[in-house]
Amino acid sequence: MYSKDGENYYIVDAHVALWDARPENQRNIHGKQFIDCFYDYHRNLSPEQEVWSYDDYLYQGGERLLRDLFELGYVDHAVFQPAYLGEFYGNGFGQTEEASKLAAEHPGKLTYNHNFDPRNGEAGLDQLRADAERFGLKGVKLYTAEWHGESRGWRLDDPWSYRYLELCRELGITNIHVHKGPTIRPLDRDAFDVADIDHVATDFTDLNFVVEHVGLPRLEDFCWIATQEPNVHGGLAVAMPFIHTRPRYFAQIIGELLYWIGEDRIQFSSDYALWTPKWLVESFVDFQIPADLTEYAPLTTAQKKKILGLNAAKMYDLDVPAELRLPDADETATGPRGADDLVDA
Amino acid sequence: MNVQEKQAYDALGAVVDPELDEPITDLGFVRSVTVTDSAVEVHLRLPTAFCAPNFAYLMAADAKDVLTALDWTHLVTVQLDDHHDSELINRGLAADAGYRGTFKHEAEQDLDELRLTFQRKAHTAAMERCLTYLLRERRDAPLASVTLADLPDDQHTDALRRRRATIGLPTTPDALVLVDHTGTPYAEAAVPLALRRARSTRISIEGNAHFCRGLLRTRYPDEETA
Repeated sequence: MYSKDGENYYIVDAHVALWDARPENQRNIHGKQFIDCFYDYHRNLSPEQEVWSYDDYLYQGGERLLRDLFELGYVDHAVFQPAYLGEFYGNGFGQTEEASKLAAEHPGKLTYNHNFDPRNGEAGLDQLRADAERFGLKGVKLYTAEWHGESRGWRLDDPWSYRYLELCRELGITNIHVHKGPTIRPLDRDAFDVADIDHVATDFTDLNFVVEHVGLPRLEDFCWIATQEPNVHGGLAVAMPFIHTRPRYFAQIIGELLYWIGEDRIQFSSDYALWTPKWLVESFVDFQIPADLTEYAPLTTAQKKKILGLNAAKMYDLDVPAELRLPDADETATGPRGADDLVDA
Repeated sequence: MNVQEKQAYDALGAVVDPELDEPITDLGFVRSVTVTDSAVEVHLRLPTAFCAPNFAYLMAADAKDVLTALDWTHLVTVQLDDHHDSELINRGLAADAGYRGTFKHEAEQDLDELRLTFQRKAHTAAMERCLTYLLRERRDAPLASVTLADLPDDQHTDALRRRRATIGLPTTPDALVLVDHTGTPYAEAAVPLALRRARSTRISIEGNAHFCRGLLRTRYPDEETA
C-alpha cells in the first residue's frame, strides 16, 4: 500500500522476476550479452541513486526481492513472470524452484506464473498439465523470441501454440502474458509485430492477453490491435522508467493508452529486477501529463489507482480491501475512447 | 580522418536505420572508418547486442553497398561489432552471401516487405508531424483537403516530400497530405481516427529513436563515433 495526500493506492507489481545471470549459470556469450543488455536498460533509465552495481544485478535472491518489493517498494502483491532462456543459461534465467517456493511461502503476496514453449510438442503439453497442478497456475509468461535449437522464435498463431492455448483454457490458465523479442522465424518479417496477438485474442475471447512493455517498440501496432480486442491488456514493464528520463514521452505513452484502450486495461510493473518499484510508484503518483500536451486529458487519481494495482488485482482475483476498489469506467468495450478533438482533449 | 575516409563516412550518411528513420551516421552507429590505399574497413555498432538481426543485417548490407558504389573503393569490409549475430552477419557480408545466404533456414524470401513496412511508417509519422503543426497554428484547418502547397516551407515539409517520394506518392503542390500509403485520401468522418493513428506511429518512432541513442551512450560511454 502506498499513501499520499490522503489517498491510498493498492499496488500490484504485475511483472517481476527472480533471475540468476551469474557467470556460473551462463551457458555461452549470449547469456552475458542478455544480462548486459538488461543492465544497460537499468543504467540508462534509472535515477542515479537507484543504480545497482553489476554484481548486485546478476542475482538478487529471495530475501532481497521480498525487501525491495514489500518492505521498501509499497507492493501489496507481485506476479512472477519468468523467462526460461534455456539456450543462454544452464539453469534457465528465471529461477523456477526458488521463485515458486517463495510464492508458496507467501501466497498472499506472490503469484507464480510459469512458461511454456509450443516447440516442445506433445511432451510440453504434458509438462504444462503437470506445471499447472504443481504451481496452481493462473497465468503464463510467453517469450516469443526464445531460442530453441535451430529456431529463434515462434508466433502465437502457430498451430502448436493453439494446442497450448486450448490446454490453458481447459486448465483455467486465463492470463497470458506475452513478451515480444527481436528474433522470430522467418526473419523476413518484423519480429516485434503484434499481429499474432490479434489472431489469438479473437479466437480465445475467454483468455486475457497482457502484452508486456505495451508492445514497445511497436506501441502504435499494439494500440491499434488492443483497441479492437477487449481481452487485450497493456503491461507497463520497461515503459514505466521513462517517467524519470523522458517524462514527456512517458506522458505520450500513457495518453495514447488511455485513448486507445482506456483506464481499465493497463497494468503497472517495475519489471523487477530491471528496476525497483519504490521510485516508480512514488513517481507515478506524483506524475501529471505536461500542460502543453493539450491533446491528452490530465491523469486522474482514480486512473492512477487502477493502473498501479486495481486492474491487475481484478485479473488475478486478489483480495483488495473494499474501500480501495473502484468501478470500471463507463466506456466503450472496443474502439478509441475520449475526445476526438485533435489538439485539445 | 583523411579525405577518402571522409568520403566514405559521408556516403554512409545515405544508410538509414529503417526502424528509426534516421541516418546511421547521425545515430552514432558508425564506430570507425579506415582507408588503406583503396581498401575501406568500416565497423558498425548498435545500442544492444539484441537489436533485431534483420534490421542489423539491412544496415550493414546497405553500408557495404554505398561504399562499393564509390568509384575509388576496391576492397570493402563492413563489420558489425558486439551483436549476438555478429559472426553470422559478418561472414555473410564478407562472402556477399545476401540475406538468404546469410540467414539460411531463418530466411524465407527477402527483406523488401520489411523495408517497405517501415518506409510507410516513416511517411505516416512525417505526415502527422506536418498536420499537427498546422493544427496548432490553425485549429480549424480542413485536414482532409490540406495540400502540400498549404504547408509551410520548412524542414518538416521537406522531410514529408522525401518520404512520399520514397513510397511513390506524388510530391506536386496540389497533392493531398492526409493519405494512406497508397495515396488514398480519407473521408471527413475518418479524419480524426486517421490522424490519431498516425500520431501513435510518430510517437513510437520518436520514442524508440531517443531510447536507442541513450542506450548507445550507456553501452559505449567512453567511445566517440567515427
